[in-house]
Amino acid sequence: MKLLQINNLKTTFHIEAGQVQAVRGISFHVDRGESVGIVGESGSGKSVSMLSIMRLLPENAKIDADRLTFDGTEIMDMDQKQMRRLHGNDIGMIFQDPMTSLNPLFTIGDQIMEPIRIHQKLSKSEAKKRAIEVLKMVEIPSPESRLNQYPHEFSGGMRQRVMIAIAISCNPKLLIADEPTTALDVTIQAQILDLMSDLKKKGNTSIVLITHDLGVVASMCSRIIVMYGGEIVEEGTTREVFYNPQHPYTWGLMRSMPKVTEGEKKKLIPIPGSPPDLLSPPKGCAFAARCEHAMKICTQMSPVPISLSESHRAACWLMHPKAAKVERGVGS
Amino acid sequence: MGRYIIKRIIAGLITMFVLTTVTFFLMHAIPGGPFSPAEERKVPKAVMEKVQEKYGLNDPVHIQYVNYLKNLAQGDFGISFKQTSVTVNELIEQGFPVSAKVGLIAIIVALLVGIPLGITSAIKRGKWADWLSMIIATVGISIPNFVLSVLLLFLFAVVLKILPTFGLTSWQHYILPVTCLAFSPIAYIARLMRSSMLEVMRYDYIRTARAKGVHELQVICKHALKNAIIPIVTYLGPLVAILLTGSFVIERIFSIPGIGRDFVSSISDRDYSVILGMTVFFGAFIVICNIIVDILYAVIDRRIKIDE
Ligand SMILES: Nc1ncnc2c1ncn2[C@@H]1O[C@H](COP(=O)(O)OP(=O)(O)OP(=O)(O)O)[C@@H](O)[C@H]1O
Ligand code: SF4
Ligand SMILES: [Mg+2]
Repeated sequence: MKLLQINNLKTTFHIEAGQVQAVRGISFHVDRGESVGIVGESGSGKSVSMLSIMRLLPENAKIDADRLTFDGTEIMDMDQKQMRRLHGNDIGMIFQDPMTSLNPLFTIGDQIMEPIRIHQKLSKSEAKKRAIEVLKMVEIPSPESRLNQYPHEFSGGMRQRVMIAIAISCNPKLLIADEPTTALDVTIQAQILDLMSDLKKKGNTSIVLITHDLGVVASMCSRIIVMYGGEIVEEGTTREVFYNPQHPYTWGLMRSMPKVTEGEKKKLIPIPGSPPDLLSPPKGCAFAARCEHAMKICTQMSPVPISLSESHRAACWLMHPKAAKVERGVGS
Repeated sequence: MGRYIIKRIIAGLITMFVLTTVTFFLMHAIPGGPFSPAEERKVPKAVMEKVQEKYGLNDPVHIQYVNYLKNLAQGDFGISFKQTSVTVNELIEQGFPVSAKVGLIAIIVALLVGIPLGITSAIKRGKWADWLSMIIATVGISIPNFVLSVLLLFLFAVVLKILPTFGLTSWQHYILPVTCLAFSPIAYIARLMRSSMLEVMRYDYIRTARAKGVHELQVICKHALKNAIIPIVTYLGPLVAILLTGSFVIERIFSIPGIGRDFVSSISDRDYSVILGMTVFFGAFIVICNIIVDILYAVIDRRIKIDE
């Protein structure tokens, strides 16, 4: 049994202008103890798909899926009580912006102890002990005195450490980290990522890491999911996606990835164009408008995902046996 | 914090001094005085002079001013010019507790009704509970309280005969005046609370709280409420000052022997000492309320460093 199994998840936001189809039928799974990276440009539906699993979306969002199970239990059928167990106890979540994710009016101690007391039913003093323990795990100096401080007394990096501490405080089976380092500066980013790798090595926690940065995925994750326009366009082991990418969008991402070759950075090549309008997504391949290999069929029919191996699949007409072979534009 | 409070008190004293001075000279600049005879009851000139002398009104204005300040420094507001043998201090001592009691009850009612109303409205946004409370709120803000008090008085005291009309002799006597006083603050607090709550509920830390498995009731009553209540605290300063110092209209309509009634009649009577005394008293009260609110503010939100 997979830890997390998602089949055909669709998430739609109802807004005045119509329906934003933010996630359009994605399927993937997460095994116990593994870490999966989700990459894709801004607006590709990474956060929304994770928040759908957590049922933490605003009221105007509608979630639909053939299957959405955590540890064998259907998430969509869970009642409030089961959801609260899922939140914080079974799944820990770290959000994109550490500056706004902590409540400004409560002490750090209060906010860390909250899930510990809720889920582990510990007394106040035991919860405090555990809070100090997790703060030590995320390498916050002198945690005892820091417990009584407020978020504004912490730097961005320190706040993200606190968020991580909160997320791991109840030993979750799954840790979802939504761009945990995007809002932080580069040196702090590296520290936070090191910290997460350490945690990964120590525990048996599965990790879903959302990021823009393919380099980060390569160093931390065993599998990669590439999202574009609310869909998964390619999925495979890190090795497969890096050495044998199939989808032109993945090629583009690789080209736009900063490479450190012999100490100097090569120029980035961003993918020209902009993502599809999710209010009225294109009929065929969502990437067609920006794809340099687009063919006639691409604008008429959505490509069906084709498997290359048990773990590797991609959705692109180029993989069709009848399509002309193209020069893979990944560069070396 | 201590230094800040001292600073605020000094600033408050300066404000009070300016207030006293301006009121004093303005009052004297307006033609007529407490003993300007009305047409119908002419007083002999000699008697008039004697009276003026007794109250020090024949002295030059600046001497009167200095004398007033001297007495004021000792906490003495002087004696009423119109109600003989009553000191202003006595008037305040009699009237203020009455006004303050009614006002305080009204404030508590306003908070206890307005805050839950606003929260419910925010959480049930667009549902009937929201519509209902927002209709009440809109009505509450747009109806002047003298209209409301007359309506309620007519309905409950005259037609239904279930509530008393005058005075404050039993708890039933408080119901109508408190309702009238609290009505528009309830409406205002409910609207303020609703919009503040709606905003706060969208913040990331609310999502964090949910992601931790916090019960929705706790998310609202702990995480959201403490943040959303800040605008209410700000509104509390002026509200306390207004309600505790008595409402002239309400006190007139319900015959409540409060301070608001005395204040307004003192103005038409040109009762110099009462006008001044009450102005100074109200001023001091407002200054104190504002200092307390600022301190409260800093206690709730630790990001606010009030020392700076
Ligand atoms: N509350 C909402 N109402 C309407 N549309 C929304 C809402 N939240 C997200 N969306 C839309 O859903 C789409 C996917 O958003 P999502 O936040 O998942 O992107 P993302 O891949 O996480 O991007 P980023 O890298 O910028 O975080 C976007 O087009 C966004 O505009
Ligand atoms: S399906 Fe066509 S348009 Fe889409 S990525 Fe493949 S080649 Fe490009
Ligand atoms: Mg995102």
